[in-house]
Amino acid sequence: MAFINTKTKEVQVKLVFVGPGRGGKTTNLEYIFSRIRHRIESDMVSIKTQGDRTLFFDFLPFELGAIKGYNVKTQLYTVPGQVKYNATRKLVLKGVDGIVFVADSMVDRRENNISALNNLTENLHFYDIDITDLPLVFQYNKRDLATEGIALLDVETMEKDLNAQLKAPSFTASALKGDNVIPTVKKAISKTIVAIREKLL
Amino acid sequence: MSYILDQEQLDGLEEALTTDLMTLGIQSVILIDMAGNVIVNLDDGKVRHDVYSLAALAAGNFGAVSAMASIIGEEEFSLLFHKGKSENINFTKIMDDFLLVSIFGNDVSLGYLRLKIDEVIKKVKVLIEQTRST
Repeated sequence: MAFINTKTKEVQVKLVFVGPGRGGKTTNLEYIFSRIRHRIESDMVSIKTQGDRTLFFDFLPFELGAIKGYNVKTQLYTVPGQVKYNATRKLVLKGVDGIVFVADSMVDRRENNISALNNLTENLHFYDIDITDLPLVFQYNKRDLATEGIALLDVETMEKDLNAQLKAPSFTASALKGDNVIPTVKKAISKTIVAIREKLL
Repeated sequence: MSYILDQEQLDGLEEALTTDLMTLGIQSVILIDMAGNVIVNLDDGKVRHDVYSLAALAAGNFGAVSAMASIIGEEEFSLLFHKGKSENINFTKIMDDFLLVSIFGNDVSLGYLRLKIDEVIKKVKVLIEQTRST
């Protein structure tokens, strides 16, 4: 639910990183934070379990610059990936403007990716949002693990599993190393801004 | 859904919140939506909170408490208040999509503050109901 403040000439946009547990959503935000921390006032906020897993969400606000005279404030969130935390995951999706789906490239996480996407579709339905209407970008994460001999799904398989019908932009990435993290989020933000501009400006 | 508030609405919201709440001597008032967006942010000039993080956490907190209410068969909990040693925080839902967050010291009575919040909410509702949404 983007909010446009005509007095301060500001647009607030909510972008949520979604995907299976241990897929790298928080690592994406941590990498983005490491790149922008010198120019933002806020800290990254994380609500974690004692075991360092996301319990509720991670939150990172930053200013993107001006578009058509409006200052764009982007608010990045992650949801908890673990299946048992669906109640809090659903809450974070309230008012979402755009989605980054972080899929895990490891072969044994194939079913987890598909389940997480189905769960996202269901949770969006709860808010009367059709996933096909929402700005969405896929990120096939952990590609760096190939160099360590870990079996990864090939990109074609991941596209077929997740993106055959949605046909959203997708990126291979390594959130841990920062490869393609910024292009992923840039693409998601630009798609979201275009969608909002079409609606409102 | 996206929505726009125009200058007149925002001026009206600021004026109502300043007149009815800030003049009580409270530290700050933040009007947010349930997605965690900040609509109006007023303070006494002595504090400098990270308002955007506060808004995200307040929206999440309120959502979590509402979900708990639903699980035990309550529509909602009417009083949402956290007491600190010197500062306290009160949450008040406005219609379905907005939340008023008031931060205040021990020198302000919670009962009186809630009374004033009830009054200002009526004005806020009128102003927000004029909002254009898509």
